[in-house]
Amino acid sequence: MTGAVVVARKEIADHFRSLRFHIVLALVAVVGLVALYVAGQTIRQNAESATEAGSVFLLLFTTSNDRLVPFTSFLSFLGPLVGLALGFDAISGERARGTLARLLAQPIHRDDVINGKFLAGLATLAVLFVGVTAFVGGIGLLFTGVPPSSEELLRLVAFVVVTILYVAFWLAVAILFSVLFRQAATSALAGVALWLFCAVFLPLLAGMVADAVAPVGTDATVAEELRNAYWQADLSRLSPATLYDEAVGVLLMPDVRTTGPIVITQVIGMVEGKLSFLQSLLLVWPQIVGLVAGVALAFGLAYVSFMRQEVRA
Amino acid sequence: MARGGAADGPAILARELSKRYPGPTPEDPGTLAVDRLTFEVRRGEIFGLLGPNGAGKTTTILMLLGLTEPTSGEARVLGHDPAREPLAVKRRVGYLPDSVGFYDDLTAEENLLYTADLNGIAADEAARRARERLREVGLEYARHTRVGAFSRGMRQRLGVADALLKDPEVLILDEPTLGIDPEGVRDMLALIRELAGRRGLAVLVSSHLLHQVQEICDRVGIFVGGRLVAAGRVEELAARLFGGEPVEVEVRLCRADERARDAIAKLPFVRDVRPGDDPRTLRATCEARAPGAGGEPDEPGARLARALVEAGFDIVGLSVRGRGLDDIYHRYFEGAEPGREARGSLAGRARSLDAGRPRDGAADEAAAGPVGAFVGRLRRLLPGKGGDGR
Repeated sequence: MTGAVVVARKEIADHFRSLRFHIVLALVAVVGLVALYVAGQTIRQNAESATEAGSVFLLLFTTSNDRLVPFTSFLSFLGPLVGLALGFDAISGERARGTLARLLAQPIHRDDVINGKFLAGLATLAVLFVGVTAFVGGIGLLFTGVPPSSEELLRLVAFVVVTILYVAFWLAVAILFSVLFRQAATSALAGVALWLFCAVFLPLLAGMVADAVAPVGTDATVAEELRNAYWQADLSRLSPATLYDEAVGVLLMPDVRTTGPIVITQVIGMVEGKLSFLQSLLLVWPQIVGLVAGVALAFGLAYVSFMRQEVRA
Repeated sequence: MARGGAADGPAILARELSKRYPGPTPEDPGTLAVDRLTFEVRRGEIFGLLGPNGAGKTTTILMLLGLTEPTSGEARVLGHDPAREPLAVKRRVGYLPDSVGFYDDLTAEENLLYTADLNGIAADEAARRARERLREVGLEYARHTRVGAFSRGMRQRLGVADALLKDPEVLILDEPTLGIDPEGVRDMLALIRELAGRRGLAVLVSSHLLHQVQEICDRVGIFVGGRLVAAGRVEELAARLFGGEPVEVEVRLCRADERARDAIAKLPFVRDVRPGDDPRTLRATCEARAPGAGGEPDEPGARLARALVEAGFDIVGLSVRGRGLDDIYHRYFEGAEPGREARGSLAGRARSLDAGRPRDGAADEAAAGPVGAFVGRLRRLLPGKGGDGR
């Protein structure tokens, strides 16, 4: 493991020095500021309802208006880009520079290289998202003057962890492509293609497939409509973006009680109230496990391919 | 030597080492990159593994370092099996890969310190060694220069410093002179010779430049199409290769007419005479040895010259072809490159030295198209095995 730590240390230094990281950091920071601006305006307009909701602080991250989406949706869309940017040339770059053979000829295990690179990516992501969240939260604190409660802080920590998990999935995918493809450009393109597929086409496909499997006619029963909705939800959960949206939505909005479809009869007579942090966490536990599984699967594939690959092209 | 096991054995030993890269389809036998290679490098010796591009030199080196698994056969480096104990081998072997690369954003010293870190060398010792090695390869002035600004020759020298950083007992240099100018090549080779000599290292140098590299090698192995066709000292190789074979003697005369031709043709050791490329030259095919009557030298060239002078011809120049390094090189290497297979007797001779061994795979490298190659890559990833797993 010491080999992996040495590799990780060097890679972290590389990340922080790289222009690429600075671009990504700037992008995420701008997104944070925009979201903050939107949230500030909206919260001010709806000051009454905001205080009623009771968690003004979290609204900083989830509020949107009719023109702009909230911080969480921005992250859901741009997070993959961060992961891909940090990993798309992890292995192919070493190969292209001619450093891979030299690196592997040192007394370290072969997996130390890929483990170290993944660890370094994770550490970099952690710094990035903890930093940006603290930045947005800090300015928001000055801005609204409402300090977060301890439960809100817990929710915020959970949000950061889930965000790191989500981006770690894309980091692992990027590393996988950097193992499979010799050219960094091919690897980056493959990553972007998968990202766009998950972000844009998978939800569309999910709807189409759901309509085909469980058609909803004009005189459809509630059961039929529910079947269609479940199909659509389950299919779109194949996309890590959906899992992430659901997870952070519930974690940051204590009044959200379900991620699935809900029938009007279920709402009638429902007592207004908020879930505790643990209940929210329990609600999206499957989504979190799904994300962890995604990370494990993508990194596992990258690991196995790298271990089986010949050093020589 | 107190530096660990098998101190008496050879530094590097390969026995019947073979490597087959799988082909794009399961039916395809793939490419046999290295075919039952057997050789050894003794301690304190510089051994040149010489062969044309694609002969399997790099694959052999990767197997010796445990970076790729042999299909069959075994290797021992300092008594360790690189496939089973890669770390024990890599701890004591310095390696300069072909077209060595460095992290361009880091300085020369930072690159070396990273290598030291990977070798578990403590920070202050690492700093001392990095400095010393940079001085030894003549790069001390560029210590704080980013490697991105280095020339090819400087990178190559930094590569030597990098390989020596761990105080190795064996040094493996893959094409150390590739891509540097002639002056740089000479400097590089002198540097290798000096640094290895001072440390008493066993050195394995691979190159396709027999001419240059043989000057620093104690022994060379000629490696063609995955097979070692000959190994030994250069002089031994020449004797073995050309022993008993006819020699071409080319004489340039003031007037190369019929008379001169007849005079040569009637010499007992001359098989054939024909005009050379230049109208004033004649080319004679002679027996390898031309024993004379009264203690004359048995060199056919000398005998021919004397006979011509005695017959009253004026010799402007004379050259004996077929004994120099270039000829050794040509003779062995010519048959190796795909498409140049059928170049007649010379290539045939190289092959016949190793008669009885089936020659497979070497020429099908270019057979698979891009799609086949891609499928092959995928296939290799799935059931394949390689590398130094724990």
